[in-house]
Amino acid sequence: MSKNNVDIHFDAHRCKGCGLCVIFCPCGNIRMSDALNEQGHPYAELIDADRCTGCGLCFRMCPDTAIEIRSNKTAKR
Amino acid sequence: MGQKVLLKGNEAMAEAAVQAGCRFFAGYPITPQNEVPEYLSWRLPQAGGVFVQAESEVAAINMVFGAAAGGARCMTSSSSPGISLKQEGISYIAAAELPCVIANMQRGGPGLGNIRASQGDYFQAVKGGGHGDYRLIVLGPAYVQELYDLTMHAFDWADLYRNPVMILGDGILGQIAEPLDIRPYRPIAELPAKDFALTGCAGRASRVVKTLILQPADGLVHHNEYLQQKYRRIEEELSLYEEYETEDAEILIAAYGMSGRIAKGAVRRARQKGIKAGLIRPITLWPFPKEPFRRAAERVSRILVVEMSSGQFVEDVQLASECRVPVEFFGKGGGWYPLDTEILEIVESMQANPSVWATRKD
Amino acid sequence: MATFTRPRTLKETITHYCPGCGHGIVHRLLAEVIDELGIREKTIGTAPVGCAVMMYDYIDCDMIECAHGRAPAAATGLKRVHPDKIVFTYQGDGDLAAIGTAETIHTANRGENITVIFINNVIYGMTGGQMAPTTMLGQRTTTTPEGRGMHGEGGPIHVCELLRSLEGVCYLERTAVSSPSDVLATRRAIRKAFECQIAGKGFSLVEVLSMCPTDWKLSPDKAVKFVNHEMKTVFPVGVYKDK
Ligand SMILES: Cc1ncc(C[n+]2csc(CCOP(=O)(O)OP(=O)(O)O)c2C)c(N)n1
Ligand code: SF4
Ligand code: SF4
Ligand code: SF4
Repeated sequence: MSKNNVDIHFDAHRCKGCGLCVIFCPCGNIRMSDALNEQGHPYAELIDADRCTGCGLCFRMCPDTAIEIRSNKTAKR
Repeated sequence: MGQKVLLKGNEAMAEAAVQAGCRFFAGYPITPQNEVPEYLSWRLPQAGGVFVQAESEVAAINMVFGAAAGGARCMTSSSSPGISLKQEGISYIAAAELPCVIANMQRGGPGLGNIRASQGDYFQAVKGGGHGDYRLIVLGPAYVQELYDLTMHAFDWADLYRNPVMILGDGILGQIAEPLDIRPYRPIAELPAKDFALTGCAGRASRVVKTLILQPADGLVHHNEYLQQKYRRIEEELSLYEEYETEDAEILIAAYGMSGRIAKGAVRRARQKGIKAGLIRPITLWPFPKEPFRRAAERVSRILVVEMSSGQFVEDVQLASECRVPVEFFGKGGGWYPLDTEILEIVESMQANPSVWATRKD
Repeated sequence: MATFTRPRTLKETITHYCPGCGHGIVHRLLAEVIDELGIREKTIGTAPVGCAVMMYDYIDCDMIECAHGRAPAAATGLKRVHPDKIVFTYQGDGDLAAIGTAETIHTANRGENITVIFINNVIYGMTGGQMAPTTMLGQRTTTTPEGRGMHGEGGPIHVCELLRSLEGVCYLERTAVSSPSDVLATRRAIRKAFECQIAGKGFSLVEVLSMCPTDWKLSPDKAVKFVNHEMKTVFPVGVYKDK
């Protein structure tokens, strides 16, 4: 759990490297890996867990459900 | 037994469907089968079922695809041009092994043709019609009562084999009114549970009805092998035909449906004149009843095929009789039907002059 | 506690969709709504012919795969024999607005009580990027190499606008999945459409403007911009009918 009480997990195995989460993270807190996963894609990585607000925008945009977030904030769906 | 009424073939077929528990019908108007949707439009709701007038035959058969996948006994009917439109859906239904009944009250073709009775869709019905290697169970009734009885059985065979069944009638059979015994429905066998039916996945794993098979790479080959095994089993188990005066027959007439019925009259007349004629009238057209023809080919001197088309059914008769005896042909396409007197004339000339007709074989 | 996790109705299987494809987002939203309404065990879905043909591998409810464009007819058959079940179709633009146009219009006109999720990606995805009925004027595809022209090819079909006049239609909304707020709007629209069906109101359809980076030959980030700047101009998002 981070400073903001956000538990966020990126699944490198599911990620297809589309980068939509990177574009839409309001904190600029996601980057693409240099390495490739077993599907042959670069995968999204969180830059700084403590900077993540748990807003869920990355989850919303992810076409591959490669992100899971649990936080104690109430988020709008 | 049941009550006696006077009904047109089309109405009798529709009533039989309701009696057999058909609860969904979708169709599009086309002559000469309009009495089927017209009858079912009031009769099905009365029986707690659903009638839908579809926007096309394409839509109608796909509605039946959905209703069959939902586990309901269901049916569609049409006539030749409309059956052509249904072929896509029929291929999917056969591939997905969904039980349903499809009636074709054939009319003259090709193209828009005319609305007179015909048997020009035989190949389409028994050899495939749509794309891919599949078979329909095809029934060729000749009398209104037979149409009624076979329609009930059609639903049972569809369920028993998880296969679409086609009733291949024609415009005359659909329009002719005959006294009918409204026999109550009794299933011909214990029918399998519909464990494929889409009913919502409450209390079980979710189900999929599909025809796309990509994985594994040879999955579709295996599915085809499995379907062929099923078709072989149906061939072994299902063979219906009428034999009339065949024991000592020298000239055998082969005809199905309405032409079979007319040919029976010709055989009767020939017998009165002392000519040893007989008739085999296949009732299941697929599977084709080969056995009676194989047997007959050992005894008779010639076979005459009578058909309301330019020659389709004749090929199955030649195959079934293994070309052991000359097979003559009397038939025309385009909405023509034979008279029993015409058939009799041919039988008489065959009798009087064996070589003439035999040499007409091409 | 806010959680953003895979909905129950979405299987764990990794999809075959290309990176950045809108189908994956809409699948998740559909699954979320089904979960939220608690209808998974009474829902029957239809898969189209198109890129989503194998969606039954991803969505965990009873499903039937239909012939190209015929899903509304199959859904009609299913819904009529199971009026108490929730039936949806999921169709691409070629499936719904070209080969299946007649089925679409007449199913809507009969007011069949079903829900249609319509993925408008202005192209034929599965067959490799040919012109779709919704392809925009001037848009290059593999069969309109010079761009779609008004003369000969005609303009893009606006499905919501076309269906609006039909009496049997109760709910029509066009949304997108090209930004987080668009995704939220799509989720709400899908929920609304299912609620219409649950209330027995008739035909409901949500048209989703969706990315096809591969056949647009754009990167996923450019594909998102293409939806936001070009597609939304030709296909304005919003509610087209709510009765
Ligand atoms: C009768 C028939 N015609 C053509 C095809 C080939 N086909 C498969 S998918 C498709 C187009 C799909 O495009 P769309 O509906 O827009 O869905 P998308 O793939 O873009 O999601 C076509 C033409 C087919 N499968 N069946
Ligand atoms: S939850 Fe919000 S802040 Fe955290 S990584 Fe995702 S988009 Fe960025
Ligand atoms: S949106 Fe999902 S699939 Fe795309 S890069 Fe981010 S985590 Fe990976
Ligand atoms: S071709 Fe287009 S629609 Fe199909 S999976 Fe790829 S991105 Fe999605």
